[in-house]
Amino acid sequence: MAFTLYSLIQTAILCTNAVAVLHEERFLGKIGWGVDQGVGGFGDDPGVKAQILNLVRSVRTVMRVPLIMVNSACIVLLLLFG
Amino acid sequence: MDYTATQSGSRQRKLQPSMRQRNSSMDGSDGSQLFEDTSRAGPPSQAGYRNQQATLQAAGFAGQSLISEPMSNLAMAYGSSLATQGREMVDKNLDRFIPISKLKYYFAVDTVYVGKKLGLLVFPYMHENWEVSYQQDTPVAPRFDVNAPDLYIPAMGFITYVLVAGLALGTQNRFSPELLGVQASSALVWLIMEVLAVLLSLYLVTVNTDLTTIDLLAFSGYKYVGMIVGVVAGLLFGRLAYYLSLLWCCAAIFVFMIRTLRLKLLSEAAAEGRLVRGARNQLRMYLTMSIAAAQPIFMYWLTYHLIR
Repeated sequence: MAFTLYSLIQTAILCTNAVAVLHEERFLGKIGWGVDQGVGGFGDDPGVKAQILNLVRSVRTVMRVPLIMVNSACIVLLLLFG
Repeated sequence: MDYTATQSGSRQRKLQPSMRQRNSSMDGSDGSQLFEDTSRAGPPSQAGYRNQQATLQAAGFAGQSLISEPMSNLAMAYGSSLATQGREMVDKNLDRFIPISKLKYYFAVDTVYVGKKLGLLVFPYMHENWEVSYQQDTPVAPRFDVNAPDLYIPAMGFITYVLVAGLALGTQNRFSPELLGVQASSALVWLIMEVLAVLLSLYLVTVNTDLTTIDLLAFSGYKYVGMIVGVVAGLLFGRLAYYLSLLWCCAAIFVFMIRTLRLKLLSEAAAEGRLVRGARNQLRMYLTMSIAAAQPIFMYWLTYHLIR
């Protein structure tokens, strides 16, 4: 398979976008992954589900603004260079 | 006293260019001395330097050359100081992103270590003690401990893999120079994705381990050795040899990874082989197994298209 580094960047952007569009109330709350359902244990064993929820939430918070910029740059580049 | 000697020397410089060499070094203050007087180093340098200075002087006085000599001297001094400053800044900033000093630890290897490690990668069944020895809380350099991970073998293995892939493609008349780049970037991308996947799964399972990213890079890079052995055997002796040697190397790297990661990922009790119940330990065991099982899969995936 001919993978290039460019395809890696594309994959990263697409995956981050996918994580960023998961809406809290409309989607995550409905499937039991809401903000109040993950942080249960304060012990030393958060569990896989809590870790995933933490990861999703932090990605959404941190990457929101950079994603806007990166997506705009991608759109402009794709329009110009195809 | 020295000053008067210099003044007189500079005044007489047209007549006696060699006189100036013996004067003390005054840099550019009178505008005529081109370089600092470093001729005290030794007679040979003195002689050559003298000639160079004489010729430069002659050229300078032959007829006001385009670049005036004192200005070029100043420009050179400024340029070299700027270069030093730039290099310091680059070093400082680079050290923030890529820890150069930590990287040096992974390349502190010697021939004996490389030999032993390569032997361990293809035959890990007899090795008894897999613990990394520490020295006052820092791991010992790979030179002194055969269990420590290093980056030399993975780096060399990667480059050799790309070259061997080119060779294999060449024997089948499928070679073109771009394919080398394609192979290299493809293997690199798979490596990066594997390291990222391992990092993600380590985060999800909340394993408290001292495995750094570079350690994971090193462990993932060890499979290139097996791949090279398989491809070379396949080139020399045909497909059957390729499959057999790849099978042997896959089993070897599987055992190697399990035995190395067991001590790092699992809890103390589980690492010693005692059966420990609990969801978390089970998860860790699955994680170790899957990391080790991913290696043979990658080894086959990255080499099967080279042997037809």
